[in-house]
Amino acid sequence: MPKAPELAEFVETSTLLKARPEEGAKDRTMVLNMGPQHPSTHGVLRLVIEIDGETVLKVVPDIGYLHTGIEKTCEAKFYQQVVPLTDRIDYLCPMTNNLAYCLAVEKLLQLEIPDRAQWLRVLLNELTRLNSHLVWLGTHAMDIGALTVFLYCFREREEILRIFEHVSGQRMMTSYFRVGGLSLEPPIDFFDRVRRFIKVMPEKIDEYENLLTGNPIFINRLKGVGYLSPEDAISLGVTGPPLRASGVDWDLRRDMPYSSYEKFQFKVPVSNDGDVWARYLVRIQEMRESVKIVEQALEGMPEGRITADAPKVVLPDREKMKTQMESLIYHFKIVTEGFTVPAGQVYQAVESPRGEMGYYVVSDGTAKPYRVHMRNPSFATLQALQTMCAGRLIADVVAVIGSIDIVLGEIDR
Amino acid sequence: MDSAVLGKDTVLAALPENRALSSLLAWKAEAVLDATYDRKELTITIARDEIRGACQTLKNAGYNFFEDVTCVDWYPTEPRFQITYHLLSHSLKERVRLICPVESIDPSIDSITSIWPAANFYEREVWDLFGVRFHGHPELRRIMMPEEWEGHPLRKDYPVEGYR
Repeated sequence: MPKAPELAEFVETSTLLKARPEEGAKDRTMVLNMGPQHPSTHGVLRLVIEIDGETVLKVVPDIGYLHTGIEKTCEAKFYQQVVPLTDRIDYLCPMTNNLAYCLAVEKLLQLEIPDRAQWLRVLLNELTRLNSHLVWLGTHAMDIGALTVFLYCFREREEILRIFEHVSGQRMMTSYFRVGGLSLEPPIDFFDRVRRFIKVMPEKIDEYENLLTGNPIFINRLKGVGYLSPEDAISLGVTGPPLRASGVDWDLRRDMPYSSYEKFQFKVPVSNDGDVWARYLVRIQEMRESVKIVEQALEGMPEGRITADAPKVVLPDREKMKTQMESLIYHFKIVTEGFTVPAGQVYQAVESPRGEMGYYVVSDGTAKPYRVHMRNPSFATLQALQTMCAGRLIADVVAVIGSIDIVLGEIDR
Repeated sequence: MDSAVLGKDTVLAALPENRALSSLLAWKAEAVLDATYDRKELTITIARDEIRGACQTLKNAGYNFFEDVTCVDWYPTEPRFQITYHLLSHSLKERVRLICPVESIDPSIDSITSIWPAANFYEREVWDLFGVRFHGHPELRRIMMPEEWEGHPLRKDYPVEGYR
């Protein structure tokens, strides 16, 4: 077994668990452990917080409790077997992860994806964004103390999960996308069902806003809390709604479009306030924009195939497999040996509900990826916690964690 | 199918407008070892000792956003480690990838946390999972694995199912 290099030379023993009375007059500071099992950390996040009375001086996140070595597992799987692993990284937006991974491998293979598959991917991705933002809104409001909103949000989320189950057979771990397209043609009444849902969704968003946006308790808990300047946001690697709430107008869907996003009309909500309240407003606006994108996708859904014309990569139709020898051979070969991918390295980023979700895939020309690395938005956003919480009250930490909408599964992978 | 463009002179000829490559060559041409333009992505190989300067040059050239740093283990070939940086420019809407070859005899490289504090967690992750040290990192300790863990799991000579 390779011996680990000496740590002591580079690392001072962690000072996390000691109060620091030696620094100035802070002899009253105390260290508070929050988590890993804490309802408002949205998963298994441990925060070591140094406080002076009620004021937070330092926040040190301690992560890794959910580390399952997904990147290592990917290296031992065929390319198509990695798709179900990507769901499990971020369990609130499985389709976004599927999309980022599939786009990366398709870029390596230089495959052309038919329009219908691209539009369906966009449609499902926006439903995923709604799903994720609904969970965020429900839990964030619950952290602040507004319990009702949680029930309202989960009512609508349930319908999205039913749509996912209808189209993919699974509620949460959908694994519906494949390298080269989609796994199945959506069922006949899928579009009607989405149409019915999307028709009532704007009213429901009004309903949430009625409960929260004018609510003085909610406003007082959020306004001016957790300020993040645009310079800090950029230097700390923050992406997604927190970045846009800090006044940086950047959205990968619009600025570096992928999967036909350039064909859709939507606004990118931006706010200059940079606080928790701004992040709330930005996400609510994003939900409205997502509804518009889904509507456009339903209206203009192109006809055609849902998989690329690449028999060595895409599994053949079931019918063809039973009647044509050639299809049977391809099917057998893909399932038993996988498909080979030309050597190279690509990075594909998509705009997940939490920010920039990037997949870096390195191929050495075999049927298994040589390296898969995920660039996760929450991982970087977590570094901004110290900047956002320092000098504020300890109760604000809960509001800030809710506002950056972290998912620990994707941080730890 | 687009074919890849290899070699820094060929890439410079193919992409004369590209600010990343031209600014790096203007800064220190000998630090740029190689360049590849493949699948519409630009990859620039930088000498290991020059990475901090290269990042600063690119930041000044408009690549303002740090996305990612990770590592690829090419065991058993040498140089074994390839540290990969992804940088993004919000104004140019362009991404550039820097790679640095690192020999296994001294797996270490300069930290870029002084340029982008965002690199902090990512460099800790590379240290944790690959055992590549970052000089000048403020707090280089394990991030995913427990502090007392032995070995670096993402190295290719570390078994997938771990040591039982």
